[in-house]
Order: sequence, then structure tokens, then C-alpha cells
Amino acid sequence: MAAEQGGKIDPMHQFLIEPAFGSHWIVGGYDLSFTNSALWMVVTLVALWAFMIGGMKRELVPGRWQMAVEGFTGFISGMLEQNVGPGGKRFVPYVFSLFMFILFANIIGLLPFGIVPGVHPFTVTSHMTVTGVLALISFAIVLLVGFGKHGFHFFSLFVPSGTPALMIPLIFVVELMSFLVRPFSLGLRLFVAMTAGHILLKVLAAFVINGLNLGGMYIGLVTAPSMLLMIGITLLELLVAAIQAYVFALLTSVYLNDAVNLH
Amino acid sequence: MDAQAAKMIGAGLAAIGMGLAALGVGNVFAQFLAGALRNPGAADSQQGRLFIGFAAAELLGLLAFVTMIILVFVA
Repeated sequence: MAAEQGGKIDPMHQFLIEPAFGSHWIVGGYDLSFTNSALWMVVTLVALWAFMIGGMKRELVPGRWQMAVEGFTGFISGMLEQNVGPGGKRFVPYVFSLFMFILFANIIGLLPFGIVPGVHPFTVTSHMTVTGVLALISFAIVLLVGFGKHGFHFFSLFVPSGTPALMIPLIFVVELMSFLVRPFSLGLRLFVAMTAGHILLKVLAAFVINGLNLGGMYIGLVTAPSMLLMIGITLLELLVAAIQAYVFALLTSVYLNDAVNLH
Repeated sequence: MDAQAAKMIGAGLAAIGMGLAALGVGNVFAQFLAGALRNPGAADSQQGRLFIGFAAAELLGLLAFVTMIILVFVA
């Protein structure tokens, strides 16, 4: 990855979606090629599968791998029980899959696969197309559960108990808008957190290479501090990857609580 | 002032919004820690709300970032 001529840094090229195996595959006017995004989703899936299968030996005294898997399942199970109550148990498979997929996708995007020649790592969740769909699935489940369980009484969610009758129309509209923004904010939060982190890392990496290209005193002045910053920010990004996955799952649980328990 | 210059100035102004959101995020954690050190027994039960508050404050900072990116790379 050489720096661009003239010193212009392009941090957005890493997010380009292109066919993973060369040529496009156009079917009936639609581009259905197997993209790098799809490839890294398959990598995430295989890694997640390997992790789960390694921990499902069901030993009575669990080894470390099984403890790790059970740590995650217990964590999600506890989070749903705390936020939704006893009615939350049926959502554990969905929220667990959601959390683990986002966690693995975020972390795989940060791993140094670039060392292997020809491999360009790609963060699956750095596109609104992916995170937006995940958020829409969560929102759709909330709506299905809410209307399925309560029918039109679900709309009482938007009128908190105790509002004066005069304010009900205004409060209803405000609460409805705030409810409808939820899938958008859920998807946007994860998408921008990942994109911002990777843009920052790419800009710092460009500084490192520009410093090396200039040579001399610029190596000590530009390259070394930028490299140290990259190490620190990668650690921060690993933390952010985990936190954003947790926040996505936590907010999904909170929205499911709204649908199941209506406050 | 031509459009490209105006976009860059707008992007710089949007970046100020991120600094303000950073104040908000720091506020969330500061208040949580202040309360947790006064009542450590109740701290663990409120950890979920801590992260919900952090997510909400961070979202607004990220919205400012999105505005900046749209001005620089899209519009």
C-alpha cells in the first residue's frame, strides 16, 4: 500500500465493494457478483462456526474453549433476562446470533490479514447496507412481536401513563417519531463507529508511509509517533468493536422489552 | 466563495460538533463513576444503563462525523 503521489491521502478506498474473484456476474440487469463483502461475511461465518463447534463438547467439567462459549451464551442470556424478564428467553437465539456476528465481523476487520500478500481485509459492518439490514431485522421482530402480542393496544406504548389529556396528541407524535428513528439510529451507530475507526487508522497509516517516503528527520518526526498512535488506536478500536456489538444487542433487548412488556 | 471551499468550511464546523459530543460522552461516564463510588453495591446493576447512555451520546457525535464525511466525499 504505497502512499498516493502528491501526498493526497485516500481513506475511503478501503470501503470499496468490488467482485472478489475478478469479473462481475450480471444476471438480468442486476449485479450478483460475489463481492469482497460477501467473502468476508463467509469468513466471519466460518470463524463463528469454528468457535461455537469447538465449545459444544458438553463436558461436565468444561475446558477453556467451552468456558469461553458458555461465557458468551450466559452473558446474552443474562442480558435478556435482565432487560425483558422471563418473556425474553425466546429471543436468546436471535440476539446471540446478532451479537456474535457483529462482534466477529468488527474484530475480523481489525485483524492484520494484510500481512498475507494479496489479502485485503474488509470490515463487513462498515457499510450501512449491512448494519441497516441488521437493524431492520431487529425492528421488524419488535413490530411483529408487539402487534402480534398486543394488537392495536401496542399504540399505548406511545402514550405514557399519566399524561394530561390535552397533551396526548403532541406526546403521541413525538413518541412515534422517536420510535420510528430507532432502526435508523441502531444501524447508523454501528456503521459510523466502524467507518470512523477505519478512516482514522488509514489516515495514520498514510502518515507513516509518507514519513518513510520523505526520509531523514521525518521518520522520527512523523512515522514513529504515527505508528505508536496506530497501535494505541487499534487497541481502542478493539474495545469499540466489542462495545458497539454489545450496545447493538443491548438496545435490541430494550426495544424487545418495549414490545413484549409495553413499558 | 466557490462551492468546494464552502463544503470544506462546513466540514470543519461539523467537526466541532464531535468535540462537543465528546464532552457529553465524558459526562455520562463521569456521573456514573461519581455515583458508583458513592454506592458501589448498586454500581453493577446500572451498568446496562451506562452503556445505553454512552451509545446515545456517542450517536450524536457520530452524526456530526457523518455530516462531515458527506460534505467532504459525497456532496
